[in-house]
Amino acid sequence: MTSLFSPLCATNILLYNDIVLSQQCLSSAKLRLIVFSGLRNEDLKEMLESNKESHKLEAMKRVVGLIAKGKNASELFPAVVKNVASKNIELKKLVYVYLVRYAEEQQDLALLSISTFQRALKDPNQFIRASALRVLSSIRVPIIVPIMMLAIKEAAADLSPYVRKTSAHAIQKLYSLDADQKEQLIEVIEKLLKDKSTLVAGSVVMAFEEVCPDRIDLIHKNYRKLCNLLVDVEEWGQVVIISMLTRYARTQFTSPWKEDAVFDENNEKAFYDSDSEEKKGQTESKPYIMDPDHRLLLRNTKPLLQSRNTAVVMSVAQLYWHLAPKHEVSIVTKSLVRLLRSHREVQYIVLQNIATMSIQRKGMFEPFMKSFYVRSTDATHIKTLKLEILTNLANEANISTILREFQTYVKSQDKAFAAATIQAIGRCATNISEVTDTCLNGLVLLLSNRDETVVAESVVVIKKLLQTQPTQHSEIIKHMAKLFDNITVPMARASILWLMGEYCERVPKIAPDVLRKMAKTFTTEEDIVKLQTVNLAAKLYLTNSKQTKLLTQYILNLGKYDQNYDIRDRTRFIRQLIVPNEKSGALNKYARRILLAPKPAPVLESAFKDRDRFQLGTLSHSLNIKATGYQELSDWPAVAPDQSVRNVEVKEWAPLVGKAKQPKSDDKFYSDEEEEKDEEESESSGSDDSSSSSSSSSSSSSEGLFYDFMLPCELHDTDSTSLLSLYLFINLLLCLSVTTPSFSPVKTYELLHHMSGKGLAAKYHFPRQPCLYQPNMVAVQVILTNCSDHSLEEIHIGDRSPASLNIHCFNTIERLEPEASVTVSMGIDFSDSTQAANFQLCTKTDQFSVSIQPAVGELLMPSSMTEEEFCKDQGKLLGMNETSATITMATANTSSLAINKQLLSVANVGVVSSSQNNIHRFAGRTVSSGALVLVSLELRESSTALLTINTEKSIMASMLLRDLKQALAMA
Amino acid sequence: MIHSLFLVNASGDIFLEKHWKSVVSRSVCDYFFEAQERATEPENVPPVIPTPHHYLISVLRHRIYFVAVIQSEVPPLFVIEFLHRVVDTFQDYFGVCTEAAIKDNVVVVYELLEEMLDNGFPLATESNILKELIKPPTILRTMVNTITGSTNVGEQLPTGQLSVVPWRRTGVKYTNNEAYFDVVEEIDAIIDKSGSTITAEIQGVIDACVKLTGMPDLTLSFMNPRLLDDVSFHPCVRFKRWEAERILSFIPPDGNFRLLSYHVSSQNLVAIPVYVKHNITFREGSSQGRFDLTLGPKQTMGKAVESVLVSSQLPRGVLNANLNPSQGTYTFDPVTKMLSWDVGKINPQKLPSLKGTMSLQAGASKPDENPTINIQFKIQQMAISGLKVNRLDMYGEKYKPFKGIKYMTKAGKFQVRT
Repeated sequence: MTSLFSPLCATNILLYNDIVLSQQCLSSAKLRLIVFSGLRNEDLKEMLESNKESHKLEAMKRVVGLIAKGKNASELFPAVVKNVASKNIELKKLVYVYLVRYAEEQQDLALLSISTFQRALKDPNQFIRASALRVLSSIRVPIIVPIMMLAIKEAAADLSPYVRKTSAHAIQKLYSLDADQKEQLIEVIEKLLKDKSTLVAGSVVMAFEEVCPDRIDLIHKNYRKLCNLLVDVEEWGQVVIISMLTRYARTQFTSPWKEDAVFDENNEKAFYDSDSEEKKGQTESKPYIMDPDHRLLLRNTKPLLQSRNTAVVMSVAQLYWHLAPKHEVSIVTKSLVRLLRSHREVQYIVLQNIATMSIQRKGMFEPFMKSFYVRSTDATHIKTLKLEILTNLANEANISTILREFQTYVKSQDKAFAAATIQAIGRCATNISEVTDTCLNGLVLLLSNRDETVVAESVVVIKKLLQTQPTQHSEIIKHMAKLFDNITVPMARASILWLMGEYCERVPKIAPDVLRKMAKTFTTEEDIVKLQTVNLAAKLYLTNSKQTKLLTQYILNLGKYDQNYDIRDRTRFIRQLIVPNEKSGALNKYARRILLAPKPAPVLESAFKDRDRFQLGTLSHSLNIKATGYQELSDWPAVAPDQSVRNVEVKEWAPLVGKAKQPKSDDKFYSDEEEEKDEEESESSGSDDSSSSSSSSSSSSSEGLFYDFMLPCELHDTDSTSLLSLYLFINLLLCLSVTTPSFSPVKTYELLHHMSGKGLAAKYHFPRQPCLYQPNMVAVQVILTNCSDHSLEEIHIGDRSPASLNIHCFNTIERLEPEASVTVSMGIDFSDSTQAANFQLCTKTDQFSVSIQPAVGELLMPSSMTEEEFCKDQGKLLGMNETSATITMATANTSSLAINKQLLSVANVGVVSSSQNNIHRFAGRTVSSGALVLVSLELRESSTALLTINTEKSIMASMLLRDLKQALAMA
Repeated sequence: MIHSLFLVNASGDIFLEKHWKSVVSRSVCDYFFEAQERATEPENVPPVIPTPHHYLISVLRHRIYFVAVIQSEVPPLFVIEFLHRVVDTFQDYFGVCTEAAIKDNVVVVYELLEEMLDNGFPLATESNILKELIKPPTILRTMVNTITGSTNVGEQLPTGQLSVVPWRRTGVKYTNNEAYFDVVEEIDAIIDKSGSTITAEIQGVIDACVKLTGMPDLTLSFMNPRLLDDVSFHPCVRFKRWEAERILSFIPPDGNFRLLSYHVSSQNLVAIPVYVKHNITFREGSSQGRFDLTLGPKQTMGKAVESVLVSSQLPRGVLNANLNPSQGTYTFDPVTKMLSWDVGKINPQKLPSLKGTMSLQAGASKPDENPTINIQFKIQQMAISGLKVNRLDMYGEKYKPFKGIKYMTKAGKFQVRT
């Protein structure tokens, strides 16, 4: 017994020591580790099997320490696995860590723990269920695959979104363990993709990407939902979803770039010129109209550019790069430049991506050129990337600034960077012909630099530059020949020799002399220099054999016995080629043409030139190698696949929607006017429907409401008002807990008659919805119809009066075909007055002054309150704030239903449930200032009633009273 | 996604490893060590390294390399951002993120890493949630735990993960309710030889320390929100409200967090608060060089420039420097050739200067490059961009909190070329 317990006593003593020590210094833990690392596995085993929790915990901590250091602790498996059912949470967690690490190696023993997890999977607490599934699925033991499959299926149907999220993670784990389960797992993924929880979305899309990235068909029905949920998904999920949606969009939508091809940034002028007529003719045959779903994706990802997570910003940037119309891409520039202030590694990746982007689109980053200036403290790879970008951005206008900046870089203490700068100067010089001479002179000056790498790099670059325009530069070649003796870098020497050979006719006196020097030092030169010497000799032999014949033969002889294969081969080849003898056949005649052929100048281009074959932001792009598992981004389809696949049918809530959305025939596409008109017609009834159903289901889940609103609204807004804002609007609704009136009549007013509007007719109504754009605006829907026989273009809102009038205009309508009509939403801040909002409705050619005068009842918003609150608030608004009158009502109007109907037709207020039969109460707030407006109607005998309005806005009160009086008196 | 993580110290030892999927042999790090050897400076190790079967993505912070092992295509920034988040969490938990701190708290580190990733995909990275799950170690708690055998794993379940405001703990209580905001701006600038500004931009952040009971809903408005045209927010900020009204409205996380960061780009005019007069010359043939440096305040709106520190990497040929500072102290390291001068506060009446000679290697030719001068400084009670907070309001809770706002301007990467 004593022997068994002695290690325990030792621990106790050590623990005691710990307490004393920990008061003195925190590093006691370290000390403890040192002491205990001497403990052998047997001791740990005994501790694990002891009765005391604290001993077990202590032992487990040590075991985890061993795992962390990469030491083998697999021997302890039986002792550890016994503790899997421990009550102590920390102990349990540490056992989990151990189990996940070693289960693979000890499969049989690991099975002992399974029953514990199976039990926990049924636990009433969602977190325990989730963690059990998490560990169970992490144990990589093939025997338990069926158990895992079952657990995943059950968890995918769990009520708790957290458990469902865990099951999405488990899918990937099971798939990597046993790929044969793919089909079953896809079923689970399909189910989870339908999930409306933001918690699940990111994880399930991750599982989709791992298991079945090619099953694009699973996404269709969930596409709009994913777009709408995106803002609220956690940041890591956003990255995964965005990259998946990028791929999706490239297969489902047509290219938005086609028409841009006509006016890319280089010939922007052409677009504005009158000769664009002709081009318009071309595009007219098949105008590009962006799929609303495509637009939805772009719009919903844009706010994420403001994310603090650099990976999210980058993924939105790449989405815009790959999906947005060319002129919209530039909105990502600022955010990308902002990322450059982040950590070094982030900078590295972002700069790589900018480098690729800046090749194709200089204009995007040119205004931010100075952000790419190099600091002496930057790491070398950051410096070279910045240099790359600056070179890409160089153009006639900014080249002088860039070159001045490069001058400082050349002097940098970091010689590798200085050399890279010289190459960059070379690139600028070839790309921009205006500065070629300046650059060349600058580079020649550098030849007298003290640093060898700088000189060598300059020589190489000068060589390349001279090749592009050799005629006028024999001076430079002479200068370089002079320098030849002092240059020792092989590449530079070789370059000079090549130049001599190539332009030997321009420096007829110097070239043979250089060859003479080379003959002397031939044996000690590097291989590359020797090869060029042989070349030079051959070329001189052909042009100036008188002087160089002997030298050439000497060099060829040296080369013949060189140690290097290449040099021997080359020598043999050259000898046969240039020295005529009986064996050499036809080739000899062409020697001159072979060796002295005019050579095309090298093109100095960016190392990032070919990187655009990879999707931006990917690992493959960063490495410029195709990484395992890289998914190609497909090309845009020539014809968009059927778009109705993305429609979600929600029959229960809005039956009309399904009808309107049904495609009439296969070949009709979205912009079909007929369909639009249909939508229009169904709209009024549709909105009725939605509002009535919403009030009935107001207690149901937010998702229910969401779909409720989403679809009818979507139909209204053919100008593709963002669904995001709709979604926000739903949230807004929920926050305000507004009760929408059970009846909202649609009175349509005329804004512009088609006679006075030269064919453009406009009507408006108040949809009585909170305004999407600003809460203090009244939402107005305008239906624009083209009654003329020609299409109207650029319909937009022009000047307004008073000038301070705050209007949220609708987006300019580019084109309205004859007989077509379109409904657009506006927001107008009336500042709680019935003063008319005057503004101009403009087309491309005409301007029409119109005005919207709201009835006072439209300036209100329903407000929900209990009877008690109503009375309390009414008590506060007495005296000056109370307006009342006795009115006579039409007899038909005395039923409470009729009263509600009449009242709500006049004013946008909410019904307050009343306990008294003869009193009806209604509550609302003014839209602009949010002042309470309380209306109460007390029925008296013989169809008279007392109408009271309590509000701070006394003018509104009297106007409202007048309107109500009229309405109630009418039959 | 992330397969494994290795922590490598400056001397190239792996001192911690963690695997989220099957174990990857640590020999995979050999490719990393190769790259490390090739790099002249620790910062020059490329962040992404391909190996035959894996990809290594690493970040370097606090002289520790965090090397993540990846097996297939993943956005590299995703991994990099996550690794930085891990470092931030360690720093938050242990105060520092050093090899010693990590080794001392290896169990907590393991527990954290376990919670942060599931199967290589980030699970809980929000510090408030993590703190609910795993209590940060304190001296007191370590003691109590040792005696009672209790643990630092929270008994509570991570309810925060489910709430609509996942960044905030529930049931927060304080006796003193306080909310402090620090507006800190850093100027990055490059000044050329003649003293004119080549590029200057401001990187600003608003860091908050909010200790408020319950679920407060705060709004913060600015006098001149137009300055903030390039911002990134903590997820708690309501973006639409900002878009519409230029007001920051948010339910804050508990404790310290970065509310927003903003960027005033080089296209705007940025005031430069200090100027440098310098005369650093080497003469051909002589083994002496002259060094003359004077600092002075420029556009500081009357605020004092403090904690000024000047450093410069002198050319390799310089053997020693014999200088005379008018205030503060200077050091010159003959091995790294790093000159640093701790100036302290700039007195506008008596400008600080550093004058003297440098001795060069005898016989060596004059260095052809001139050193760049890096300057650090602080200016209290001023945000150089002119950003000003208008007011802070709290809704949703009854009590009156104590509010405070502090401004500070610092030098970021402030370089003067000579």
